[in-house]
Amino acid sequence: MNRVVITGQGTINALGMDVASTVEAMSNGTCAIGPLEFDNVDRLNIQIGGQIKGYVAQDHFSRSNIGLYDPFTQYAVIASNEAISQSGLHFEGELGTCTGVVLGTAGGGLQTQDQNYRTVYQDGKNRVHPFVVPRLMNNAAASHISIIYGLKGPSFTVASACASSNHAMGQAYNLIRSGMAKVMMTGGSESMLCFGGIKAWEGLRVMSPDGCRPFCATRNGMVQGEGAAVFVFEDFDHAKARGADILAEVIGFAMTSDASDIVMPNKDGAARAIRLALNDTGINPEDVGYINAHGTATAMNDRIECAAIRDALGAAADKVMVSSTKAMHGHLIGGTGGVELLAAIAAVKDGMIAPTINHTQNDPDCDLDVVPNIARQERVKVAISNAFAFGGLNAVIALKAL
Amino acid sequence: MGHNTAMCVEDKIIAIIAEQAFLEPKDIAPTNTLDELGVDSMGVVECIFAIEEQFDVQVPFNANSPEASQFDVSSIQSIIRAVEKLIEDKKQ
Repeated sequence: MNRVVITGQGTINALGMDVASTVEAMSNGTCAIGPLEFDNVDRLNIQIGGQIKGYVAQDHFSRSNIGLYDPFTQYAVIASNEAISQSGLHFEGELGTCTGVVLGTAGGGLQTQDQNYRTVYQDGKNRVHPFVVPRLMNNAAASHISIIYGLKGPSFTVASACASSNHAMGQAYNLIRSGMAKVMMTGGSESMLCFGGIKAWEGLRVMSPDGCRPFCATRNGMVQGEGAAVFVFEDFDHAKARGADILAEVIGFAMTSDASDIVMPNKDGAARAIRLALNDTGINPEDVGYINAHGTATAMNDRIECAAIRDALGAAADKVMVSSTKAMHGHLIGGTGGVELLAAIAAVKDGMIAPTINHTQNDPDCDLDVVPNIARQERVKVAISNAFAFGGLNAVIALKAL
Repeated sequence: MGHNTAMCVEDKIIAIIAEQAFLEPKDIAPTNTLDELGVDSMGVVECIFAIEEQFDVQVPFNANSPEASQFDVSSIQSIIRAVEKLIEDKKQ
């Protein structure tokens, strides 16, 4: 099987408009969660989120592009521009036919839907923009990246709620591993911060009105974020032959289903995904130095995730550093695994262990080293990133420095 | 009049909970807890939604920390009292 490495990364999220500013904000423990700004926010009970402030679509795209690009596509394109530029790859000729795009999203063009439902139901208009369908479809972002860069290999979009990005990256990893592609653009994007997006989430009563505090005894729910992170996954021999800078190697991936409850997490399903990701390429639990947790800051997730980590790692769980960066950038739902992989890469590449901020009180049910509040500088061999979705779909990806 | 309204609130709440618990209203006592009636956490969230719709009130409830919410769901009686208070507060 082919080895797979990461040779480019790009992002836009509430912490920063690119990777450098995002990783710096993570290392500083910056909280990018604040008051939401959009129409009718006053009618919401939940009025905070990790919103990308100061973003102006016109600064990045032409008017005709904006007509076709929902914000989730815009974010994915911005992230992929940065990733491809860093990789130094050009896709003319044969490489284009061996390169594809697999992205994760949960809501796809949700803002486009929200706006156009308003138009027809609230404003009573009988006409919507002709590009509503190509703008809202979940594969729009993947397709536009393939069009912009001439990527003619396997491309599709994965929707598994909060695990979408991790599932997408797992597909990309396996496509290169198996020889079906040489290079894959992968990651995820989400843009649900609009009235309808938050209103739907409010109903579940799992959102925090005042902040995201993963693993903290005072936690009271999740906070949404938005944005994208996209990576260049590349066949190791291909990357080596062209002398590429390698950020990290992808060394394991696994996915499991709880087959139990549509919203409640399940320790066994989560633990099995972690264990299988390690078994994928024979990683010892002791070699795992950092876990980027799913860490949503709901009462249930954090407790069950800590138990699952103990279950999967055994005694090694006492040594591993575990943090949830969601306290800083919010929960990007289908895009969250992408942004969180940035933290996993920073851990294995630079030894930057992102903290779990807003941590004020230990919870005995979360008795792991959650790297409270302050980042650490420590070399780690292997990092894994967890994603556990509604619907009981779990996906875990493992990285190491090369 | 006040007494009738109170009865009405109680009956309506019991009807809502009975539907979630797959029980007849007569099988529900005010002293019962939701747990005893087999209403799980998602069932609680649905009950609260139905209560908000029925009485046109906003129920302050967070499933992450039910005990910290200002809405006491520890028994049917406590829910009735909390809803009566919300209705009263709304009138003022």
